[in-house]
Amino acid sequence: MTRPPDPPVVNLVAEEQRAALRNPLEDAVTVSRSLVPIPVAPVSNQPADADLRRGDVDAWGRSERVRAIARTIYDPMYRYWFRAEWEGLENVPTDGGALIVANHAAAIPSDAPVIMHGLEVELQRAVYGLAENLFRTLPVIGTLWSRTGGVPAHPDNAYRLLHDEQQLVLVFPEGAKGTGKHYRDRYKLRRFGRGGFVEIAMRAGVPIVPIAVVGAEESMPILWKSKRLAALLNLPYFPITANTLLFGPVGLLTYFPAKFKLRVLPPIHLDVEPDQERYSRSRVMEESEKIRDQIQIALYDMLRTRRSVWFG
Amino acid sequence: MRVLVTGLGTFWGSRLAQQLEQRDDVEIVVGLDTTEPRLPLEHTEFVRADSSYSILARIVKAAKIDTILHTHLLFDSTSSTGRALHEINVIGTMNLLAAAGAAGSPVRKVVVKSSTLVYGANYKDPNSFREEMSRTSSPRTEVERSLIEAASFLRDFAEDNPHVTVTKLRFSNVLGDDIDTVFSKALRMPVVPEIFGFDPRFQFTHEDDVEGALLFATTNDVPGVYNIAGDGTLPWSEVCAIVGKPRVPLPPLLTNWAVEPLRMTRVIDLPPEMLSLLRYGRGVDNRRFKRTGYRYNYTTAGTVDAFARGLRLEHVIGDKQPSYRYQSDVETFFRHSPAIVRTDP
Repeated sequence: MTRPPDPPVVNLVAEEQRAALRNPLEDAVTVSRSLVPIPVAPVSNQPADADLRRGDVDAWGRSERVRAIARTIYDPMYRYWFRAEWEGLENVPTDGGALIVANHAAAIPSDAPVIMHGLEVELQRAVYGLAENLFRTLPVIGTLWSRTGGVPAHPDNAYRLLHDEQQLVLVFPEGAKGTGKHYRDRYKLRRFGRGGFVEIAMRAGVPIVPIAVVGAEESMPILWKSKRLAALLNLPYFPITANTLLFGPVGLLTYFPAKFKLRVLPPIHLDVEPDQERYSRSRVMEESEKIRDQIQIALYDMLRTRRSVWFG
Repeated sequence: MRVLVTGLGTFWGSRLAQQLEQRDDVEIVVGLDTTEPRLPLEHTEFVRADSSYSILARIVKAAKIDTILHTHLLFDSTSSTGRALHEINVIGTMNLLAAAGAAGSPVRKVVVKSSTLVYGANYKDPNSFREEMSRTSSPRTEVERSLIEAASFLRDFAEDNPHVTVTKLRFSNVLGDDIDTVFSKALRMPVVPEIFGFDPRFQFTHEDDVEGALLFATTNDVPGVYNIAGDGTLPWSEVCAIVGKPRVPLPPLLTNWAVEPLRMTRVIDLPPEMLSLLRYGRGVDNRRFKRTGYRYNYTTAGTVDAFARGLRLEHVIGDKQPSYRYQSDVETFFRHSPAIVRTDP
């Protein structure tokens, strides 16, 4: 344990003379300095964690290095393929935690990367995307998903990210019901789960920021679903998409270049005490329904002004 | 304080007894095990007992034991059979608690060393387990089942004996120079196994923190269940990088069958609970124990680094020979012979 060096020896007489002129406020500061020792970080013989680390994977499995590579690869897709256009970005808080909720679409969801990439590029803030924990069971994909900011959708994970770490967290309350819907049902929001996302935001004491996304529905539309194959492969749904009909297996990886438009709605501050054991179910469902309505109305509004699926 | 330590023949037991002997507030230390102590002890009394501790009730009463430190729970299924795990973890704990809870028992504190194995490792798991969370999948291995059963005995004991301070410490994967765990065995191999396509997060505890935490719980009153783990998590690839070992991938499908040849040829035994860890990893929340005032000596990265240093030394000088062997007549001579000149008051 090393101590900070002692202050230099001062001329006591001069000090006494100066003391007479000192104002009491200054005195208080001096006294408190000598009485309350400044906490010194214990010097251990252990090197700091940062010197020992070989990688930059954080507690959530996210790596900024991998994320930067993913951003470089994905940026042309975002800019020139989907030509994402934002509206109301000022509604996303620049600091502190916030739960971002959006409508969910496309057989292999194209909206999650667009929102995560968009917010990170436009606002320079990391976004953690909550998703089905089934991702974790997939080799390679699961690891890449986690390195690029994916987090299994466990209530405790969401709470920690929002409350303890004050991060931006993206969640799709519709879940697989949103991505697995037919093309004919496009832009009709499914049920918003059991409102779990509202409860987490209440508990964490953070606002909810709804986003309405137009374009994802047309990027990989589902024409037909096989219940039997889904059950056989243990998947939430087994879709035949327009993409696979046109391009064959390549269609699994190819999106149609639908124009993406995203509208960020004003943040909703839930006026409740955080960290409660439980919250009124009716209140939670009411808020959840209200947010669903807001996104639905915004979607209809955006669709009214959309002239072309491809050019917006 | 009059302390009884179970598992004196284990690494922990011996180290703890050594530490307890140093303390002024500890009057006597009695150690119980089937095997002899590993380290030289000054005045700890070693009692050889069978693994189910049938003798315990008598010792507790006769020696007026007020604190029981139960370190003899097995977590390493590669070095003991399922039968032994059940016998030691379940029956041993049951008998121990029966003796501690008998009518007129002087026991006022019980500290148990458990493991985060009770949380399992599953894809539905939260990022880090808090003490009140339960596992998301049913236990499939004998070691996990036995620990959960032992935990239920302890819960009942705490409920029936409100005057006894019951502390349970759940340690995450332990690494250190002096102890063999499933993980240290894997990391000592020239190449380290991983499961192809998976790179889960791990949280390690240094052996010094195991000892420190147990000692802290013995000498302070901290009732309840606590996770003990170093700060931070590391992906498996980084753990191997710090230790400086290349990785070999195991197939992600039918992994348990794929490691069977390795088990049969005695190359390495990767038990199922280790395989699920290599797939999904595990993080625990260590904040509750920190709030009691305990300061960790090592973070997760620090633990792995310290282990790597020890390993490098070991590569140069070879295996460290045990410098001490317990011999009952020698110990008796030093402790009780009138020929020994005793200087203590």
